[in-house]
Amino acid sequence: MSVATQDTAIRTGRAVRVLIYLVLLLFALFYMLPLYVMLVNSVKPLDEITGGGMMNLPKVLTFEPWVKAWSSAQIGVEPTGLSPYFWNSIKMVVPAVAISTILGALNGYVLTKWRFKYDTILFGLMLFACFIPFQIVLIPMARMLGLMGMAGSTSGLVLVHVVYGIGFTTLYFRNYYAVFPTELVRAAQIDGAGFFQIFWRILLPSSGPIAVVSIIWQFTNIWNDFLFGASFAGATSQPMTVALNNLVQASHGVKEYNVHFAGAILAATPTLLVYIVAGRYFVRGLMAGSVKG
Amino acid sequence: MALHANADFKTRLQMWLPKLVLSPTVALMLVFVYGFIIFSVYLSFTDSRLLPSYGWVGFENYSKLWRLSHWETSIKNMGIFAFLYIGICTVLGLGLAIFLDQKIRAEGMLRTIYLYPMALSFIVTGTAWKWFLDPGIGLENVMQSWGWTSFEFDWIKNSDFAIYTVVLAAVWQTSGFVMAMFLAGLRGIDNEILKAAQMDGASNWNLYRRIIIPQLRPAFLSAFVILSHLAIKTFDLVIALTGGGPGRATELPATFMYSYTFTRNQMGIGAASATIMLMTIAAIMIPYLYAELREKK
Repeated sequence: MSVATQDTAIRTGRAVRVLIYLVLLLFALFYMLPLYVMLVNSVKPLDEITGGGMMNLPKVLTFEPWVKAWSSAQIGVEPTGLSPYFWNSIKMVVPAVAISTILGALNGYVLTKWRFKYDTILFGLMLFACFIPFQIVLIPMARMLGLMGMAGSTSGLVLVHVVYGIGFTTLYFRNYYAVFPTELVRAAQIDGAGFFQIFWRILLPSSGPIAVVSIIWQFTNIWNDFLFGASFAGATSQPMTVALNNLVQASHGVKEYNVHFAGAILAATPTLLVYIVAGRYFVRGLMAGSVKG
Repeated sequence: MALHANADFKTRLQMWLPKLVLSPTVALMLVFVYGFIIFSVYLSFTDSRLLPSYGWVGFENYSKLWRLSHWETSIKNMGIFAFLYIGICTVLGLGLAIFLDQKIRAEGMLRTIYLYPMALSFIVTGTAWKWFLDPGIGLENVMQSWGWTSFEFDWIKNSDFAIYTVVLAAVWQTSGFVMAMFLAGLRGIDNEILKAAQMDGASNWNLYRRIIIPQLRPAFLSAFVILSHLAIKTFDLVIALTGGGPGRATELPATFMYSYTFTRNQMGIGAASATIMLMTIAAIMIPYLYAELREKK
């Protein structure tokens, strides 16, 4: 990353380097361990796990736990598996991400390219809103959703995620557009371009990278959310995380660890895929979202 | 004349458009964030139980709250959890970042491995660790079946130690991210200063202690702010990992608020606990944001 990579000041001896590699590998194992445990145990028959073989590779390879977790495990009243809840999550994530990103882009544009009184205060209020503990809004939100007739519905959850996601998306686009040459905007204005034309023709075409960051950030946050899902979803609109928790916590019957592990991987797959495919942007999103702005 | 009025309307619309576009967000924010905060704080002074009610009771909920042993447990747990979680993540993150910064061969791959837990939901993380730590099938069982029959590791079922398993899973989830923050900080340090110091005979140890680590102050500050904010919000992980148990051994303010509000029908007390959580976060965030925004101007 730095320019002078060839001669950094810090040099280490051979023994120290071996030690460093050892420690780094050890931690790599630590971070991989839960994923390994989940993967390995999701393709084993149950008795291999209960017999004390959690760390072993499967003796008998079976994908039945996956099939069961997806389509026939008992969650709630019906043995539907996780699949309907997976689709619930999709139906919630897609519009919520789209709406919050579009609004964030417009807000960022307005906040950087048009002068405002109090824009710093406004921005500060928005920033703080990103970091409130959501417990403080749970009760009024439940009331509000009830009043609006959106209690227990997917559209209610979309609203919640849009409302509490806009702060972040605005933050991203604002910081990105802040360094975008304002002269271009002024020039277009003199040529008679209107508000939306400037946005559409000048800012939007170069917004690709930040849009990706915003989409990834929103996608992982909303997909991984549990608190809002558990508080506001109805039986038929529960997202994947809530359903997985119900599956795992179900107290009756034999604990089917292999099915639980398969379910956990199913719930993790979309965000893991995003991380693998767009890891670079994922990290950038994390960094930008980390208060720093 | 008509044409002129028309043009006038158009220019005036153009002038208003930016504000018009911003206004839905401002309205949403004022109602759903600040309005709701006021409503919740107000409820914390009322006799609300199953449903919001508006009988003013002053500070009664707060004094009740602080007399509840359940709340005391959750505050104590929060203290242990936040202290260890922030401390361990920072030390581990800094250590790994320094090690990774030594021109390591597989740096990209290692970074990827360290960071992926952050992409997972706490519910997934909690589920994975719950079974891994379960003495019946997890680590303890495995070690015993490998021949170490006296091995014992039942922290997750032990009310004195269960909170440490929450720390373990939370550290696993976020330490890689803290590492990435420190790594970015390390990469931003000017190599020339280090070389100059080296010429004067400074050892690697002294370079880190005297020059590099002090320069990472912004990274330390961000890490602290993010980690403390995550610690106060921790909810899902506890639900998935221990469900607050055994008994109430891993109850945190976030789970306390949820159970008092939604399952015990003590909304006033729930709102009071949420208010305290908000004030704690505000005490950390407001000075930080204030400094950040001033810097930018």
